[in-house]
Amino acid sequence: MPASSPASTGEMARIPGMKTQRNAELGLLAFAMILVAAYGATVEASRIGEITPTFWVPAALLSILFLGLHFVVRYTAPYADPVLIPAVALINGLGVGFLRRLDIGDALSDKQPVPSVFAGIGGRQLVWTLIALILAAILLLVVRDHKIVSRYAYTLGLTGIVLVMIPAVLPASISEVNGAKLWIRLGAFSIQPGEFAKIALVSFFAYYLVRKREVLSLASRRVLGIDFPRGRDLGPVVTVWLLSLLVLVFEKDLGTALLYFGLFVVTLYVATERASWLIIGLLLFFGGVYVAYLLGASVGGPFANFYDRAQVWLNPFDNENYERLGGSYQLVQGLLSLGTGGLFGSGPGGGSPRFVPEVQNDFIFAGMGEEIGLFGLSALLVLYLLIVERGLRSALAVRDSFGKLVAGGLSFTLGLQIFVILGGITGLIPLTGQTTPFLSSGGSSLMANWLLIAMLLRISNAARGPAASGGGTDRAGGGPKKAPVQLHGAMTEVIKP
Amino acid sequence: MPEFVLTVARFGFLILLWIFVFTVVGVIRRDLFAGVRSKSIVASPRGVGGAVPADRPAAKAKRGKAARQLVVTAGQLAGTRITLGEIPITIGRAEDSTLVITDDFASARHARLVLRDGQWFVEDLGSTNGTYLDRGKVSGPTPVPLGVPIRIGRTSLELRP
Repeated sequence: MPASSPASTGEMARIPGMKTQRNAELGLLAFAMILVAAYGATVEASRIGEITPTFWVPAALLSILFLGLHFVVRYTAPYADPVLIPAVALINGLGVGFLRRLDIGDALSDKQPVPSVFAGIGGRQLVWTLIALILAAILLLVVRDHKIVSRYAYTLGLTGIVLVMIPAVLPASISEVNGAKLWIRLGAFSIQPGEFAKIALVSFFAYYLVRKREVLSLASRRVLGIDFPRGRDLGPVVTVWLLSLLVLVFEKDLGTALLYFGLFVVTLYVATERASWLIIGLLLFFGGVYVAYLLGASVGGPFANFYDRAQVWLNPFDNENYERLGGSYQLVQGLLSLGTGGLFGSGPGGGSPRFVPEVQNDFIFAGMGEEIGLFGLSALLVLYLLIVERGLRSALAVRDSFGKLVAGGLSFTLGLQIFVILGGITGLIPLTGQTTPFLSSGGSSLMANWLLIAMLLRISNAARGPAASGGGTDRAGGGPKKAPVQLHGAMTEVIKP
Repeated sequence: MPEFVLTVARFGFLILLWIFVFTVVGVIRRDLFAGVRSKSIVASPRGVGGAVPADRPAAKAKRGKAARQLVVTAGQLAGTRITLGEIPITIGRAEDSTLVITDDFASARHARLVLRDGQWFVEDLGSTNGTYLDRGKVSGPTPVPLGVPIRIGRTSLELRP
């Protein structure tokens, strides 16, 4: 059988004439860092009244970090997408800048001297960025071929479930923050394991669905004009999904539940190319939400939280909702912030974001919106859109199904997360606690999302590189001599009549 | 800080932000059209089945230029491009093919393209429904000129410079 011919080129051999676009990436990165520095300078000018001599330090530090990642990409994934890193770097940098702006604002209102660059939440975010970028670089260095990941699919699936479950099992004193049991808190240090679980779960779903794809889309029973696959084929995926959902009910976090549900439905849709999955998913979701709402109104108990949130969403300006503890105060303040900002905002450093509770986390978009206005926010939104688009394009272009599903699932998750939190802040959908990717303060979210970007870079490298690196030809990578076990090793199941 | 400077900084920042967005879009745009040197940027729509325009001089047409890309012009994967190196390209439904086509009329290992002395050859790998170069069925390794459709089931592929 003239199967794939081994092209063990070790390091990726560059083929002359192929554009790697790495220089474009470097240029964009420099531009992004200039913007971050300009933001810092504007903040200091309007907040302190003068530009301090150290205004460029955060931007310079970030530049060094991103430059490091850029060189890792140059070396390990030369054909990766040129837009992902600069766009994410800009958002990340503006996030750091905004958090530093909050530090400066807090210090000045307390009549304290201007905090140093490394102090406060801004400084902490810098450190988190460093750690996140190191993790991303490690992922790029270790995973030289995204198909290797499929070897550990079941391990990853199990890890994902365990990660989601840890906070539910832990006592509330360690795991609960603001009513949501999502955390592991050890002293000053806290992580949100669920953020990492999404990457693991995407890989598991992708692997499993690639193997079962044909069975799922062909051996189905037609009920009411919609094709349902056989239960036994779907078992493990549904189990994983139900487990994560159950756990999330106990952790009282609707946003993450919605994220996993959307991820599950979309991966299924991409794998089977059947729109019926989307319809089933949406119906199930809206049905479930409505039932939960009714249950919350009549029974209360675990659903009461959800009912309250729906009330806040429907009538934020209702006085009773506004006054109530945990009511619509935050949402209303966020909306007022966005309204005050108007079209062009009050200028970086010119607003008063501290009126909004949790402005450094969930509501960072409202806080930034007050200062950069609709004009600036839409630029950020377009950047997010482009990041997701590049991920989906890699999914379209990559030539193996596992890569397609992973890239598609990851980019969709990122997009959905942005939708969930922005929809919540702007009152489009009920507010659920989610971090704004790359922008909000917090290490887990930053690390997990940079890992996600590293994975997308890896897949886009395979998608855009010469055929040898992306197709079925095995490449021994830097790793063990044995060629990676690929999905074709485990043949897709064949339907027997 | 005088008010004027602040206003300039404020709007300057927003404008720079948008310039960045448009630069990113520009890079994406260049990236999309990179390597497209043929006149038609868009592959022929589905179902047209890689119908070669009658006036195209088929075989000898563009000799001399090296093929750089393999483009799918019809079928489910229409629009897909593979940049050619020196490695053979395998085509079929099997998951390990370079180009995995989900076409009911394709075999698991349907055909492959091999580079020999600067010329790409197409070779049928014992497929059930055969591989066609333009109109003729491929029986042995056959040189593939640029722009001539290779047909596998409902899928058409072409070499492009």
